[in-house]
Amino acid sequence: MIADDSEMNRSILADMLGDEYEIVEAEDGVQAVAALQKYGSELSVVLLDIVMPKMDGFGVLTWMNQQHWIEDIPVIMISAESSASHVERAYGLGVTDFISRPFDALVVHRRVVNTILLYAKQKKLVNMVADQIYEKEQNNNLMIDILSHIVEFRNGESGMHVLHVRTLTELLLKTLMQKTDRYNITQADISMIGTASALHDIGKIAIPDEVLNKPGKLTNEEFALMKTHSMIGADMLSKLPFHQQEPLVKVAYDICRWHHERYDGRGYPDGLKGDEIPISAQIVAMADVYDALTSERVYKPPIPHETAVQMILDGKCGVFNPLMLECLQDIAPELPDVMNSGYQDKADQRTMQNIVQEMQRHEELTASERTLQLLEHERMKYNFFASLTEEIQFEYTLQPAMVTLTSWGAEKLGLEEFTIDPRQNRKVLSLMKEEDLQGLAAMLHSTTPGNPVVTYDCQIQLPTGPRWFRITARAMWSSDEPPRYTGTIGKAIDVHESRTKLNNLEQMASHDAMTNLLNHANARERIMARLKERPDGRYAMAILDLDHFKSANDTFGHMFGDEVLKYIAERLRHSVRSGDIAARVGGDEFLIFLEYKTDPELAIQRVYQSLAGGKYENFPISISMGVAVTAEVGTEYETLFHAADQALYTVKRGGRGHYRFFDSSMEKTLSVISPIDNGSNEQGGESK
Amino acid sequence: MTLQECYAAIGGSYEEVVGRLRSERLVQKFVLKFLSDSSYDLLCKSMEAEDYQEAFRAAHTIKGMCQNLSFTALGDSSSQLSEALRSGFTPQAPALYQQVKEDYQITVCAIQAFQKEAGG
Repeated sequence: MIADDSEMNRSILADMLGDEYEIVEAEDGVQAVAALQKYGSELSVVLLDIVMPKMDGFGVLTWMNQQHWIEDIPVIMISAESSASHVERAYGLGVTDFISRPFDALVVHRRVVNTILLYAKQKKLVNMVADQIYEKEQNNNLMIDILSHIVEFRNGESGMHVLHVRTLTELLLKTLMQKTDRYNITQADISMIGTASALHDIGKIAIPDEVLNKPGKLTNEEFALMKTHSMIGADMLSKLPFHQQEPLVKVAYDICRWHHERYDGRGYPDGLKGDEIPISAQIVAMADVYDALTSERVYKPPIPHETAVQMILDGKCGVFNPLMLECLQDIAPELPDVMNSGYQDKADQRTMQNIVQEMQRHEELTASERTLQLLEHERMKYNFFASLTEEIQFEYTLQPAMVTLTSWGAEKLGLEEFTIDPRQNRKVLSLMKEEDLQGLAAMLHSTTPGNPVVTYDCQIQLPTGPRWFRITARAMWSSDEPPRYTGTIGKAIDVHESRTKLNNLEQMASHDAMTNLLNHANARERIMARLKERPDGRYAMAILDLDHFKSANDTFGHMFGDEVLKYIAERLRHSVRSGDIAARVGGDEFLIFLEYKTDPELAIQRVYQSLAGGKYENFPISISMGVAVTAEVGTEYETLFHAADQALYTVKRGGRGHYRFFDSSMEKTLSVISPIDNGSNEQGGESK
Repeated sequence: MTLQECYAAIGGSYEEVVGRLRSERLVQKFVLKFLSDSSYDLLCKSMEAEDYQEAFRAAHTIKGMCQNLSFTALGDSSSQLSEALRSGFTPQAPALYQQVKEDYQITVCAIQAFQKEAGG
């Protein structure tokens, strides 16, 4: 990659390197970082300018350090800056070489080749060493396991003791590490102390059989002899003719010698007190006591888990560091399960992963070439499939704070494929409403590693206008304990069409096509809901009918009739308030449902006057209207409707062109709209 | 006008650039490319807008290109200007800016003259 803000300089360098290399160019620091993110260690070398807009070369180097890219990707600084402080700072940030301007074709070419070769060779060596270390580590563990089993075998124990102590030791250490920094414990230490714990009783090899396996109580002399096993084990280790400097041997020595010391200074062999006792020995001591209590021995039956923990906490089995007692309490609930499961296998895998990660940071180990190829293969596969779907796929990482989009998604949203610090980026923030962003973030944060997927519907502001999207996202949780939220991957699918279609269908199903008022079925539903919600409200229902509509149809034709209906619907819309319900019942019959405060007469009069009167073209608008109030007939929908209908019939029969309220005298009259079945209605014209 | 004469007019070192880039063809290609580089425009705009940070970068870029092309005169003046702007405005900057403008005009005129005769 060539990162330089001057197009000419990039082109000179590209020409100098010739056709041997594929060249990626970056115009500024941000592009450089994006290219690093995209290509990773596919980049053989980075030629990096110092002075660039947006982010300068030092900025890029700092990033590369934070992400540990600098360990895998060599950087050659190119610059006209030749001051010593610049050179020093660049080398300090891990730059491999320096080329100052003006460029000399031969020098540039040679240095690039050298750097690439050097790194390739180093990678190969690192891989070889890593493989060997791994193998050696495996053999070591095997040897230690065999050795400690020999001790136990002689001891007449099951062989599980060593395993249990190791499991417990690691668990306690992990808990301790989360509680305090006091002991400077790293992942690697935990694994090493765990391994060394297997050796805690090797001194017993020198204890006579009769004492070691005596079923009854030991005499004072016998006990004194037994107590020598810790010092004997330590001596054995300190007299090893080799490996004296190995950290494992040192830790094992500490454990052997001091795993019978007590926190109050009353243990053996040295009577060390408090944190004079190495933390490794303190932990193993507790693990040893717990497992001794819960296991069967020649001189005692096993004690249940709860009792054992309580005995330790009560100080019946020695005095321990209070912090450690806290740790024991913390892990107590899960202990029985852990001890009986294949914890150790899983733990081994996990520690191995952690160690690998830690070692990678220290350049002692890199993923093998094969892994890289597999990753590359996956990446290509992913990119290909991503380009086929019309989905906006995204990846958001907190460290570094960055959003990566598929190229299709980036184009669709009008963003770059890589955006650094998206939460500070106005373009990103304007995509979604603040409440949607926060809603989505809150949902993601409240997920768990076991159940990390969420779905969220919201509008996204595209350059072409807002559209509805369904976002399906998976929160990324780290694998360490406790898991940390590290980012999100996910996709957004355009659901605008189906969503709009649904809205349209709803609209169509509930509205009358010609007048766009509610249809009868839907009005009925809404009125019934209203009546049910507040049955004690004061409601009035009016059914109205256009006088002489049939003659309008006959005289001017159906087209004209339709125009009149639309006109009335429009007037109706204007004469009701927003809370009222207005609907077309069928034919030229309309319905109004409203709530009044004191006098229904006032409300109805107002509506009637704004509806009736005037002309549409040459057709005079005359309205007949029947009204029923719930105060009179109750809140049954059918009764209410029927009463209003009967009132309307009475008006029609009594000369049209006015309105009337229902009263009991009308009960025997016929209805205008009949029959009233389940609310739906065919053209009501014939019944007049 | 040959490329050599062009360099003489600019106040640059033809021998040096050919020695480094190893091909007259490449030198010619990049000399002509110099005309279309936008750093000078950026420098003028930034100076007028008193955006000295941006002006520093532009001067610095010009300096880098001149070094690569062995345009000694413009390289020197832009180098001095970029130093004068490195930590913001300094009193020397306007005079140095004038010098860069003059040198740039000379350079561009010479390259254009060369371009005409080279038929490009």
